[in-house]
Amino acid sequence: MQMSCRNRKHARWLALLAAGLWQPSARAGEGPFFITYTHQMEEPGNLEFATKNLAGQPAGGNLFLGSATEFEYGAKAWWTTELYLDAQGTSGQGTLFTGFRWENRFRLLPREHWINPVLYVEFEDINEADKTLLEVVGHDGVDDLTSPNNEARYGKQREIETKLILSSHYRGWTIAENIIAEKNVAHEPYEFGYAVGISRPLGLFARPARCNLCAENFEAGIEMYGGLGTHNDFGLHDTSHYIAPTLAWSLAGGPALRVSTGFGLTGNSARLLLRFGVSYEIAQAGRALRKLLRGGPS
Amino acid sequence: MRRAFHAGLCALVGVAGMAGSLVQRVPMTAANSSNPLEGSESARRAGAKLYARECAACHGANREGIGKAPRLLQPEVYAAPPGVLFWILRNGSLRRGMPSFAHLPEPQRWQIITFLRRRMPPEPSAGADSGGLGR
Repeated sequence: MQMSCRNRKHARWLALLAAGLWQPSARAGEGPFFITYTHQMEEPGNLEFATKNLAGQPAGGNLFLGSATEFEYGAKAWWTTELYLDAQGTSGQGTLFTGFRWENRFRLLPREHWINPVLYVEFEDINEADKTLLEVVGHDGVDDLTSPNNEARYGKQREIETKLILSSHYRGWTIAENIIAEKNVAHEPYEFGYAVGISRPLGLFARPARCNLCAENFEAGIEMYGGLGTHNDFGLHDTSHYIAPTLAWSLAGGPALRVSTGFGLTGNSARLLLRFGVSYEIAQAGRALRKLLRGGPS
Repeated sequence: MRRAFHAGLCALVGVAGMAGSLVQRVPMTAANSSNPLEGSESARRAGAKLYARECAACHGANREGIGKAPRLLQPEVYAAPPGVLFWILRNGSLRRGMPSFAHLPEPQRWQIITFLRRRMPPEPSAGADSGGLGR
């Protein structure tokens, strides 16, 4: 039996949604945040799978779902490396793969301090149809989300992005600030942005028994992020900014779920963005893989 | 003369080995902190659960140590001042591959330490997570 065009579209949407929700996932590496990074690094040898999904309907544009699938590996206690594969689906315009990102985070100081710096370096090769919005820089705005896929997909964005991540843990609170500088490798100006966040687990003590719904498994927070213009037009003029309450829920069996609603604060911002994601961490994946390759028991 | 040389060499190797121990490299001041949950059975059981989730993949489900991650069921650990263990959990040792666990709230780190200072291996029904590959 042949599917109608409308059914095929629904099936494609369901498949995309399932791909977003079905990924096995883990304890969120960055707490409940989607955009803001803390100085917490992936544990050496651990591999985390995660999805970061973004749904929205900008004024004058179609409903869309952007999805980034993340593979995060703890190469060293001071070095975490990640690969992102980005895709998006826009109502009435189809779905497409929009590119990849390779990011590296380096912890700069060996011990824990009041403020802990981490250097972030990322190379991204994505096209302009990308709708994951993993950072907002320069004069990024709602217009970037309304361009039709069949045009935007031909616009290449090969960029190097650096962040100075500063964060602290104090009495159960996590406070993080990110300063972002991004440069398209083509002749385009440096773009700047920021992200700040604060979060706290709902319970500071762990319960002795295994549990899913206990307060220690929930972490609530709020993050704010936006662009700061370019090096020749620095400032808040014509930039977009968002404030987003976030919630993470770590299940006893390993997966962690995150959800966040972002509210646009300026005319250049999308009015509402819904983010959701799942993550799952495989402890000592490197060791298990090495054993598997050597033919020993894993 | 030859025996004295050997004795000196053994002592040097011993001192070098001790210098390599993370517990012994912790600043002296760290030992002053006391565990507010010391002796609490509930904290020890919660610590066992946290240990299974956060530590067992590297240090082994029974604290036996795996690969470069040292054995934790040894006097140097369970007899160490709680403040020293707290310092290690907070700072880690990036050079040795031990990550910082400062992202865990302080009470949870004390719960882990309450568990680590127990001398016997954890009983199977510690109420802990499975400690399998996934966490």
